[in-house]
Amino acid sequence: MEHASTAIQATIQAVSYLRWIVFFPLIGVLFNIFVAPKLGRRAINLVAPGVILAAFAFAWTAFEQLGELPPGSALVDNIYPWITAGQLHVDFSLRVDALTAVMILIITGVGALIHIYSTGYMAHDEDVARYFTYLNLFTASMLLLVLGENLLLLFVGWEGVGLCSYLLIGFWYTDDEKASAGKKAFIVNRVGDAGFLLGMFLLFWTLVANGVWTLSFSEIQRAIAEHPGIISGGIATAICLLLFIGATGKSAQVPLYVWLPDAMAGPTPVSALIHAATMVTAGIYMIARLHFLYDLSPSALAIVAYVAASTAILAASIALVQTDIKKVLAYSTVSQLGYMFLGVGVGAYGAGIFYLMTHAFFKALLFLGAGSVIHGMSDEQDIRKMGGLWKKMPWTFATFLVAWLAICGIPPLSGYHSKDLILEEAYLNQHLQLLYWVGVIGAGMTAFYMSRLFFVTFLGHNRADHDVAHHIHESPWSMVFPLVVLAVLSFGGGNLPLVHWLEPIFHHGHAGEVPQMIAWLPTVAGAVGIALAYFMYGATTKAVEGMNTEPVGIHNLLWNKWYVDEIYDATVVRFTAWLADWFWKGVDTQVIDGTVNGTARLMEYWGSATRILQTGNVQNYALSFLVGVTVILFLGVYLW
Amino acid sequence: MVPTHYHLILSALLFTIGTMGVLLRRNTIIIFMSVELMLNAVNLSFVALAQHWGSMDGQLIVFFVMAVAAAEAAVGLAIILMVFRTKETVNADELNLMHG
Repeated sequence: MEHASTAIQATIQAVSYLRWIVFFPLIGVLFNIFVAPKLGRRAINLVAPGVILAAFAFAWTAFEQLGELPPGSALVDNIYPWITAGQLHVDFSLRVDALTAVMILIITGVGALIHIYSTGYMAHDEDVARYFTYLNLFTASMLLLVLGENLLLLFVGWEGVGLCSYLLIGFWYTDDEKASAGKKAFIVNRVGDAGFLLGMFLLFWTLVANGVWTLSFSEIQRAIAEHPGIISGGIATAICLLLFIGATGKSAQVPLYVWLPDAMAGPTPVSALIHAATMVTAGIYMIARLHFLYDLSPSALAIVAYVAASTAILAASIALVQTDIKKVLAYSTVSQLGYMFLGVGVGAYGAGIFYLMTHAFFKALLFLGAGSVIHGMSDEQDIRKMGGLWKKMPWTFATFLVAWLAICGIPPLSGYHSKDLILEEAYLNQHLQLLYWVGVIGAGMTAFYMSRLFFVTFLGHNRADHDVAHHIHESPWSMVFPLVVLAVLSFGGGNLPLVHWLEPIFHHGHAGEVPQMIAWLPTVAGAVGIALAYFMYGATTKAVEGMNTEPVGIHNLLWNKWYVDEIYDATVVRFTAWLADWFWKGVDTQVIDGTVNGTARLMEYWGSATRILQTGNVQNYALSFLVGVTVILFLGVYLW
Repeated sequence: MVPTHYHLILSALLFTIGTMGVLLRRNTIIIFMSVELMLNAVNLSFVALAQHWGSMDGQLIVFFVMAVAAAEAAVGLAIILMVFRTKETVNADELNLMHG
C-alpha cells in the first residue's frame, strides 16, 4: 500500500528542454562534419566538449527539477507524434525519471570529462574532426537510448551506439587488424540485436493480442499493473530472454562478450567512454527499465543471474594472465558487467545501477589512466615493458591508485559500497545463494589481476627501452584534470544514496540484513587478492621476469582466453562462411545467375532464329499477311 | 439477269489477280495498280451483294472506297515519285530500307 500512496502523489510534468540534452551533442556532430575542418583544432577542442557540457547542464537542471517533485515523478518532453498507424501511436517523446536522471548525468558527466581528455590525447592525430564527430554522435545516441520513452526510441539509440562503436573501434582504419575489430564488434552486436528485435516483436504482439496498442514504457507498465494476466509467465520468460540476448551483445556477456576485448583497438578514450562507462551499460539499463517485465518471470531473472556470474568468473580468469594493459582492463570490464547483471538478476535493480555508476567512474578512470600511461610510454601497451612509472607520472599514479582500490572493493571507496551490495542481495536470494560465493571468488580474482596490473606498471624498476624511457612524461593538464575529477568520484561516489533515490522506480529497498561475516567476505577476498599479487609481483621482480616465458598448462589456456575465439571460428564463423560460400557459388551463381543468363540466351537464340524473317522486302511481309488472313478466315469459316 | 454468284466469282478472280500482282511483280507502279485492282474487286462484291439483298449499304460503301482509293492513289504516287528521285529505282527488291 505504501507504493499506492507514492503513486498518487507522483506527478508527470511536461517540459520542453529535455530535447536539448540530445540536440546539443547532435549540433556538435554537424559542427564537426561541416564547419570544424575549416576552423581547425582549437575550435574543435572548444566545441566538442562544450556541447557535452551544455547537455550536462540541461541534464543537471532536469535532475534538480525532478528532485523537487515527489518520489516516482517524471519529466516528459513530447516532441512530436512519430508513428501513427491505426491504433498504434508512437511519440518522439523523452522522459526523465529517477533512473534516467542517473543515466544522463553519468553519460554527460563522464562523457564531458572524456571529451576534455580526448582533446589532449588526440592532440597529435590528423583526423580529430572525424574523431569528435563520432564521439558526439555516440553521446547523442546513448542519451536518446536512455531518454527515449518507448522501446522504439530506445532501439534507435541502441543501434546508434552500436554504429558509433564500430566507427570508433575502426577509427584507425588503415590498420587491418583494427578495422577487423570494428567489424567484429558490429557483427557480434548484430547477433544480439536480432534477439532484441524478436523480443520487441513478441512483446508488441502479445500486448496487441490483448488490445494494448503501445510501445511506451509507462503504458506497458500500467497495462501490466492493471491487467496482471496480460502476459503469461511463459511468454514473459521468452520476451525477457530474447531481450537479454540483445543485452548480452551490447553489454558483453557470455556468449557474445568476444567483441569487447578486441574493441580495445580504438583510441583509449573511446575504450573509456564506450567500452567501460556508457554503451556497455545499455543492456543493464534496458533490463532495469523493463524491470516490471522481468519481475513477471523469475526464471528469466535466474538465467540472467547465472549467465552474469559465469561471465564474471570467465572474464576474470582470462584477465589474470594478460599482459596488455588495455586487455586486462577490457576483461575486467566484462567481468564487472557480470556483477551488474548479477545485481539485476537477483532482483536488486537499484544495486545493479549503483554499481553501474561507480564502475563508470573508476573504470573510466582506469582506462584514462591507462591512456595516460600509453601516451607517456610512446604508445607502448605491454605492461612487461613498463614499471616504476610512479616517479615519472605522479598524477596518473595517484589517480590510478584510487581506481585500483575502488575496483578491488576496499572500504571506504565506491567499489566497496556498490559491489558488496550486489553480493549481499545475491546472498539474500534463497534460490541464487550459490552465486554469492561465485561472486566472492570473482572479487578475489578481480583484486588479484588489478593489483598485478598496478604493481607491474607503476612499481619496481622501469623495463622500457632506453629511447622510450627517456621520453616518459606526465600528460598535459587536459588529460590530468579529468583523471582528478574521476578520482574524486571514484573515492566518494559510493556514498551517494543512489539505491534510495531509485526506490520509487523499482519498489525494492534493501532486502534485509546479512551476517557480519557474509558482508565482509568480499572485502576479505579482495584483500587476499591484493596480498597475493603483492607477494608475487610487488615484493619481488622474479614473477615479472617470469612473464616473458612461454605459458604452459592452465596458464596457456588462460593466455589464449580459453580458446573461445578459436572455438567460435571453428564452429560459427566457419559454418557461416561455408553457408555463405554455398549460397554464393551454389545458389547465386548457378540458380539465380543461371536463370537470368538462361533467359537472355533463350531470347538471343530465338531472335537469331527469327531475324531471317525480317528481309526488308515489303512483298515478303505482304505474303505473311496473306497467309495469316487466309488461315484466320479458314479457321473462322470451318471451325467456328 | 446475271446470277449474283457470277459477280462474286469474277470479283474473287480479280482479287486473286490483284493479290498475285502485289506479291509477285517487282515494279512498284505495277504493285500499286494491283492494289487498285484488289480494291475494285471488293467494290464489285459490294455492289453485287447490295443488288442481291436489295440494300443500299453496299453501294454507299463503294463510294467511300472509291473516294479513299483516289486519295490513296495521289499519296501513293507521290511517294513512289519521291522514292524514285532518291533511290533512282522503283524495283521492290532494291527498296529494303526496312531490313534494318
